Amino acid sequence: MSIWDYANPRRFMRVSSWLLPWSTALAAVTLAVGLGWGFFFTPDDFRQGSTVKILYLHVPAAMMAINIWVMMLVASMIWLIRRHHVSALAAKAAAPIGLTMTLIALATGAIWGQPMWGTWWAWDPRLTSFLILGLFYLGYIALWEAVENPDTAADLTGVLCLVGSVFALLSRYAVLFWSQGLHQGASLSLDRKENVHDVFWLPLVTCIAGFVLFFVALLLLRTRTEIRARRLKALLARERMA
Amino acid sequence: MIAVLVRDLRLSIRSGGGFGLALAFFLIVVTLVPFGVGPEAAVLARIGPGILWVAALLACLLSLDRLFATDAEDGALDLLATAPLPLEGVVAAKALAHWIVTGLPLTLAAPVFGLLYDLPPPVWGWLLGSLALGTPALSVIGAFGAALTVGLKRGGLLLSLLVLPLYVPTLIFGAEAVRRGADGLPAATPLLMLGGITLGAAALLPFAAAAAIRVNLR
Amino acid sequence: MPDLGKYAAAVLSAYGVSILLIAALVGWSFLRALRVRRDLEAAEARRDAEPGDGR
Repeated sequence: MSIWDYANPRRFMRVSSWLLPWSTALAAVTLAVGLGWGFFFTPDDFRQGSTVKILYLHVPAAMMAINIWVMMLVASMIWLIRRHHVSALAAKAAAPIGLTMTLIALATGAIWGQPMWGTWWAWDPRLTSFLILGLFYLGYIALWEAVENPDTAADLTGVLCLVGSVFALLSRYAVLFWSQGLHQGASLSLDRKENVHDVFWLPLVTCIAGFVLFFVALLLLRTRTEIRARRLKALLARERMA
Repeated sequence: MIAVLVRDLRLSIRSGGGFGLALAFFLIVVTLVPFGVGPEAAVLARIGPGILWVAALLACLLSLDRLFATDAEDGALDLLATAPLPLEGVVAAKALAHWIVTGLPLTLAAPVFGLLYDLPPPVWGWLLGSLALGTPALSVIGAFGAALTVGLKRGGLLLSLLVLPLYVPTLIFGAEAVRRGADGLPAATPLLMLGGITLGAAALLPFAAAAAIRVNLR
Repeated sequence: MPDLGKYAAAVLSAYGVSILLIAALVGWSFLRALRVRRDLEAAEARRDAEPGDGR
């Protein structure tokens, strides 16, 4: 029994059907607790006022936007190397979630930046990198939609994801080189005590956990849909042949 | 490889597109921008290098969707794929041909277009150098994008969506090198990065492009 | 309702936009899941009803 056994679609469907309600419930509870805690029961920051509450959405969404791309990269590599269909379909299922997270991060960032920096948008390295990341997600999704044959689509998007990752990383450093930033540095690190006070940190971590669980639950749901859609396509093709 | 290169060059010249088309497009973009931003010489000189870089990028994109598509339609790509020459070599040769037809004339013509924007002579050198270093990367990256979309009926729009984000680092370092050069700042770092991107793309992307073509021919 | 002070509009719109986006994504995923599942079951029923080659 190894982890690769879960690459069998039937086995994946069985395990995920058991996992899905639990992860959904857990995600809902964690998100509700984290966001509720952040929104209702945290004090205002002495400089940012109540806008500090936006960070409970902004920071987890931004982290997920990057991590989902990494997950897609890993899934694409598993598909390209070991040809497990579930892996390719999981990457496909994850992309729209990643794009939504990127949009949330950009939107909440703009809404936060307007009162704090006095501008909706600045050509700041972090903001620009996220815009580029959003473009990469768009291209990836568009390529999946455009290619007819599912295996061809999986291969091509896998290669695109690999090459895109290299260029996304390059863009990140190019953009850093190109402009000095307005955005503050990361406020979450191992030596956290120096950066963020516990009052803000605990609900923030809860929110991050909530976003991760939310991603897992939605990914399971969407991957199951993709597997079913794939099977449906095969059945319809067979009907047409008969 | 040389045979493929010569064949591609000959085809692009005879089909009339070739050298003229990209250059004409470049000229049109360069002419249109002042209508958009106004005729002030100071503003134009300030944004000139960036405009020239963006125009070069778009001109490059223009002819990309025909790079493999024509060969795929008449079956020549299948023959090239089964030829003794590895497909990676074919991709590299075709990217080189694309560069000779679009990137090289743009590079050589850039100083002339720089005149339109009132760029001083020292900037011409930076423009020439950065374009010469950077445009090969545009062709190779474009070849990868064209390889991804070769099997699609209407790949043109998708191709630009896929390729343009990949062009970001090249554009940033290219335009930054010219800007720093024009301001008299040390510009070695962006130029080195630009050269690095070109060499890295030329070394690695033909493999990715060839893999994509093989998938598409399957 | 906590007192959001002068930034109430910003905070509320940030939460509103995010929840809207997430709801749209979840709703779309959910509806598609239902539809695909229904279609698949219909297709499988058709296949099973087919007098057949015993597969």
